[in-house]
Amino acid sequence: MENVKLTIDNKQVEVPKGTTIYKAAKQVGIDIPVLCYMNLEDIGIENKPGGCRVCSVEVEGRKNLAPACATEVFDGMDVKTHTMRVINARRTVVEFILSDHPKDCLTCKKSGNCELQDLAVRLGIREIPGQEYAEMSTYKTDYSPSIVRELDKCIMCRRCESMCNDFQTVGALNAFNRGFDAAVAPAFEMDLQYSPCTYCGQCVAVCPTGALTEVDHSRDLIDAISDPNTTVVAQTAPAVRAALGEEFGQEPGTLVTGKMVSALRRLGFDYVFDTDFAADLTIMEEGTELLDRLKRHLDGDQDVKLPMLTSCCPAWVRFIEHHFPDMKDIPSSARSPQQMFGSIAKTYFADKIETKRENMVVVSIMPCLAKKYESQREEFSVEGNPDVDFSVSTRELAHLIREANFNLMDMPEEDFDRPMGESTGAGVIFGTTGGVIEAATRTAYEMHTGGNLDGNIDFEQLRGFEGIRKATVDFNGTPINIGIAHGLGNARKLLEAIRSGESEFHAIEIMACPGGCIGGGGQPLHHNDTTILKARQKAIYEEDKNKPIRKSHENPEIQTLYKEFLGEAMGEKAHELLHTNYFDISRKIEIS
Amino acid sequence: MTRYKMHLLVCGGTGCRASAADSITESLKESLQEHNLQDEVQVIMTGCFGFCEKGPIVKVLPDNTFYTEVKPDDTGEIVEEHLIKGRQVDRLLYEAPEGGKVKDSKHMDFYKKQIRIALRNCGFIDPENIDEYIARDGYFALGTVLSEMTPQQVIDQVKESGLRGRGGGGFPAGLKWEFAYKNQEQPKYVVCNADEGDPGAFMDRSILEGDPHAVLEAMAICGYATGADKGLIYIRAEYPLAIKRLKIAIEQAREYGMLGEGVFGTDFNFDVQLRYGAGAFVCGEETALIHSMEGERGEPTFKPPFPAESGYLGKPTNVNNVETYANVPVIINKGAGWFKKIGTEKSTGTKVFALAGKVNNVGLIEVPMGTTLREVIFEIGGGIKDGKKFKAVQTGGPSGGCLTEEHLDTPIDFDNLLAVGSMMGSGGMIVMDEDDCMVSVAKFFLEFTVEESCGKCAPCRVGNKRLHELLERITQGKAEKKDLQRLKNMCHVIADTSLCGLGQTAPSPVLSTMENFWNEYVAHVEDQRCPAGSCKDLMRYEIIPENCVGCTACARKCPVGAITGERKQVHEIDQDICIKCGACVDACKFDAVTIK
Repeated sequence: MENVKLTIDNKQVEVPKGTTIYKAAKQVGIDIPVLCYMNLEDIGIENKPGGCRVCSVEVEGRKNLAPACATEVFDGMDVKTHTMRVINARRTVVEFILSDHPKDCLTCKKSGNCELQDLAVRLGIREIPGQEYAEMSTYKTDYSPSIVRELDKCIMCRRCESMCNDFQTVGALNAFNRGFDAAVAPAFEMDLQYSPCTYCGQCVAVCPTGALTEVDHSRDLIDAISDPNTTVVAQTAPAVRAALGEEFGQEPGTLVTGKMVSALRRLGFDYVFDTDFAADLTIMEEGTELLDRLKRHLDGDQDVKLPMLTSCCPAWVRFIEHHFPDMKDIPSSARSPQQMFGSIAKTYFADKIETKRENMVVVSIMPCLAKKYESQREEFSVEGNPDVDFSVSTRELAHLIREANFNLMDMPEEDFDRPMGESTGAGVIFGTTGGVIEAATRTAYEMHTGGNLDGNIDFEQLRGFEGIRKATVDFNGTPINIGIAHGLGNARKLLEAIRSGESEFHAIEIMACPGGCIGGGGQPLHHNDTTILKARQKAIYEEDKNKPIRKSHENPEIQTLYKEFLGEAMGEKAHELLHTNYFDISRKIEIS
Repeated sequence: MTRYKMHLLVCGGTGCRASAADSITESLKESLQEHNLQDEVQVIMTGCFGFCEKGPIVKVLPDNTFYTEVKPDDTGEIVEEHLIKGRQVDRLLYEAPEGGKVKDSKHMDFYKKQIRIALRNCGFIDPENIDEYIARDGYFALGTVLSEMTPQQVIDQVKESGLRGRGGGGFPAGLKWEFAYKNQEQPKYVVCNADEGDPGAFMDRSILEGDPHAVLEAMAICGYATGADKGLIYIRAEYPLAIKRLKIAIEQAREYGMLGEGVFGTDFNFDVQLRYGAGAFVCGEETALIHSMEGERGEPTFKPPFPAESGYLGKPTNVNNVETYANVPVIINKGAGWFKKIGTEKSTGTKVFALAGKVNNVGLIEVPMGTTLREVIFEIGGGIKDGKKFKAVQTGGPSGGCLTEEHLDTPIDFDNLLAVGSMMGSGGMIVMDEDDCMVSVAKFFLEFTVEESCGKCAPCRVGNKRLHELLERITQGKAEKKDLQRLKNMCHVIADTSLCGLGQTAPSPVLSTMENFWNEYVAHVEDQRCPAGSCKDLMRYEIIPENCVGCTACARKCPVGAITGERKQVHEIDQDICIKCGACVDACKFDAVTIK
């Protein structure tokens, strides 16, 4: 590749042709401030609309300033990144942006984690000239089951658009209006809940301000715990333990399982359980279903639907219901671990502790925003009482722990309660892309072949970070083709191949977020550093490796549950409590 | 074929049609029928004559009689008096400002200084008839190019002519063509930018309405030169007449084999389609235009890549404006040398301007580059209306600046206008007199850019809004002297940091008026006074007690009840209620109301 030599702030730099000024400057340790720019390198998404102009720099011979994020370098280029002309321009532009931004940082959810706030601090902005007569944008706040949109805080960075349209191919968000009134919203400015939004929360994960945030349930949680007549039960998803530590200054990839358990207990939860237990349960159902479909297929049944798709990810489920309703019978009918947990907690476990479901509140701690929506789906409630009362994100939990003045890292290591706290390594890896299908393979293989995997339990061919992965696992002479996709744009490709009959997969795992749940919309903000996601993934596999039991069907509490309560996997009771249906929620808008 | 002895040319531009040009045409035809002259005199509806001030216009050929402000009722008289009896209808003739009726349009000052290249056929031929275009050498250039020239030769000739983009930027057209030509990727596209949007500008519309084939022919030539076989015209949907005539022209050109498969029987294919814009000003910026054509949001993207590298659907695309294309066939026919002789060294040829504002002859004109502003305003334009004093002229639309008395002898070309703080733009020219407040003028243009900003980049989206707000404060007398410094800084930063031309040039009206009329700004902020007397908020209506007889006339006329006083007592105006409408001044017979 051809190289280009240039000077940035009197420093000589040599970079490949096509490099931007921003990246070239970074290489020699010059940090040009950016706002709208976002580069999620590991998933191939770069947002550089050149809209905020905060990265403006001086280029010798050029009439006006150049946006460093979008301007490619050329041979002999002479760049100045911090002249007084640049400083003045940068400060004035940020003053412009702030002049149309609410000043309610005291109560804003993003306060302390807001890139605009950081920028204002960095540029030393102390007042906004003309603020007293500056007109401000006003929009109504849109509350969906998962995501809150406060367009007053939108700065038109377009990152959410890149995630929603380019990465997820969902198309729920787009710029509307023009000039001063421009902002990003669903088509026709409709509410998110009427849009094709899947609630994956990737827009929230990248929003630099408080324009897109999660629906906050921490108040509901405080109310529930404060009520002495209520039994409050926690379930924590696998990806939470691999990320929560970041909120307390730990390196990405630090596992804090035991400390998280003791913190939850001290917050006042009556029972602290593990969603991993329900993940093992999911494998029992989903694995059995897969084997059933496979067996019928191999016996020559033409009606059987293959490939079977996983169904743990609620954003993914909503995606297929909205964008591919004709294929809604392909995913496994198994409910997600969150919902299996809720339904077992409010039946089996409620009976065990002799409590009525009305007096029990099941709270899930999730890396995910779509889980908030999933818990509210009508089919997951009994006479109006939801199986999972509400879901809080990793970030919300971190806030609560800080509010309670616990230093997470000083907390003692404790174990989950029983019986729904026992889990296997298979349950843990649900938190990463490739994990669900690996867990299913471990069980399905042994059930199908009757053999034992022993030490050969790590299916490395299913692991990784590429958007779409393919592998073939030999089930004792029967080759099983497995596909994996993370990111809905990648999922779309696999779905289109299925629709056109080109797909040769027997089973496909799909997760909506980059890296799977570890990159969920409710996780600590990665601030554009995708290496964080990889570190979390590593931690998940680490936890799996250290688990004494690593195959779902060997979980003794799961075995007891079937024996005492459920009967057979895919049996009548299991069907009632652990399976579900999907619906066509596509909306056809007639434009006359 | 019928040979007519006389022709009646009725202006069929949008302006004249709005004033009943259609019924004039109809009733002229009826009149001719009545007198059995239909085989000797032909009525033709043409494109715009340019002299919009006095429309509707009917021109009689061959004697060049120029009838102005014609009404349908006048048509009988024109036929009976002029055609039958041979006597011009005096009362409909154009009256020169110095007095006297002009009997031959060649002697009108309005036309004397003009050289019409882009407008060569406007007001001359029936734009809905391809034969009339062909009779004026139409499609001859395309034929020449296809039969005698290589693409490189065509590009060289356009380069040699010095033709620069007429849409505003002034980028050499030949060079642009060459970039597209050199890009090997296929397919390529030729795009005509007909998204004319400057307030008051109608150059492109008039060309498309009056001579659509000229643009089609030039696009085909460009297609041949660059290696494109698809042409797209991005035209705003608010131009229904231009769209209609373009559609007719495209159909006719296809029928005649000048568009479509095998143009002129050669193996060159070229066809043109229309794409409609919804009227966003920013879509005149070429990258925004391309996004809009692709069905995306009409907003610009950072250049490079330029359209010649990655344009429509990511393919090499050449974008030129209507007027630029309209010059091309003439350059091919008459040669680059001929073209270069017109105009100045670095700005060759002519430029079409939409002359508007406080000038006697409002209309569409085409003058050689290098003509001075004085010639345009005082000779072609006939000077300032109502004998008032010239104050400023705004060129370049919302991106341009205001020039003063001292710039009147500046020869108009791309570089001179830039050097004095304005720009050519697409050709808007608005003349202002002593009653115009320059702060308000700047505010007016800012209001336009605020409205038309796409909102993509922060300095344009928010900065221009803040600029407008501060200008508003100044015209209300609420700003302080230190705000002027801030105003200037905001202007510089917006120009320095905006993403596209719209934002980069939006502060120009403010900067140029600050440069040339600084004292007016100071008067607004220091003395709360508008020197032109046009800022309402800075006016005060007061009653002079000595003159007031207490007749109550003013109090009865005041629409908001701001005036109180007993009969035969001195009246008083409540300044908090007064809306400064001036009704009291008109009502008072004793000169007792004064404006301060």
